[in-house]
Amino acid sequence: MNRWLFFAPLAIFVVLLAVWAWGLNDKRDPNALPSQLIDKAMPVFALPDLAGSGSPSLATSDLDDGQVKLLNFFASWCVPCRIEHPHLTTLAKEAKLPVHGIAWKDKPEDALAWLQALGNPYTRIGVDEFNKVGLDFGTTGVPETFIVDQQGRVRYRHQGPLDPLIINETIIPLVLALRAEEKS
Amino acid sequence: MTNRSLLALVLAALINCGLAIGPSLAVQPDEMLDDPQLEATARHISKQLRCVVCQNQSLDDSDAGVAKDMRLKVRELLVQGQDEASIKQYFVDRYGDYVLLKPPFDWRTAPLWLLPIILLAIAGFGLAVALRRRGRGGAQQGPAPLDASEQARLDAMLQEDSQP
Repeated sequence: MNRWLFFAPLAIFVVLLAVWAWGLNDKRDPNALPSQLIDKAMPVFALPDLAGSGSPSLATSDLDDGQVKLLNFFASWCVPCRIEHPHLTTLAKEAKLPVHGIAWKDKPEDALAWLQALGNPYTRIGVDEFNKVGLDFGTTGVPETFIVDQQGRVRYRHQGPLDPLIINETIIPLVLALRAEEKS
Repeated sequence: MTNRSLLALVLAALINCGLAIGPSLAVQPDEMLDDPQLEATARHISKQLRCVVCQNQSLDDSDAGVAKDMRLKVRELLVQGQDEASIKQYFVDRYGDYVLLKPPFDWRTAPLWLLPIILLAIAGFGLAVALRRRGRGGAQQGPAPLDASEQARLDAMLQEDSQP
């Protein structure tokens, strides 16, 4: 009993060290809000198209094509979206990955002007002017990107702009892994 | 400073406090439901839900656009006839427990709720052990009382000293 007590402070200190090490880990983001949709079927929705954009409208049933795809919430008023835009365009082109867009809390004419100025990387576009579908996806802002697998399940969510680091180290490996999953 | 300007200062401070604790200004009149009872329920629910973009404000307090959308959703679900529990569940399904300002008690939050009690119990136990040991030790280790002959010698010495 006495010998045990002698080591108690050391044991408590070791436990505290572990907690502090966990807290200092810079890969851990205490503000991250993990998506509730991971590994679940994406919400059912049907959104109108963005007239003039040349991309057809977006609904869950359109995504039932057995392909891995990216779903990207954007808005013309969103500055990080502007930063993300060229990287998203490159990704859509080079990875041969269908990228679908949802214009979130944005006036259709503003979203259209934005795409006309910067280019339209989206295969399909849905307009979610009043955050109806955004709520179902647990969206907290734009840009936000989801990876949906062949079965229509959400496999990954990224909040904030995509950059080359995230695209090359996370998005592309995950897409390749999902495609391989299908084949095996 | 004159008395009058002091009074003005105190009044200004009081008015400021009144504004700070007054009714929330985030909920816009056009969001409100016509039925006062349903509106009261909506306010009650949105006070317990966290705005997902402003960290520590409730939906009821937040001016953020997303918070407004969520307040409207609360009201839409209420009008559909859903109750408080199912509306809260609706948001938990989409945003996780994070959206609740009061976290539920489960295995992940158990340390949060129980650790203070456990630490207090350990401290109390340690204190009790230490106090008991000190009490017992005091009785054992103190000098043994003088026996009769020693006491007589001491008395004699003291008497010698007191005589001039």
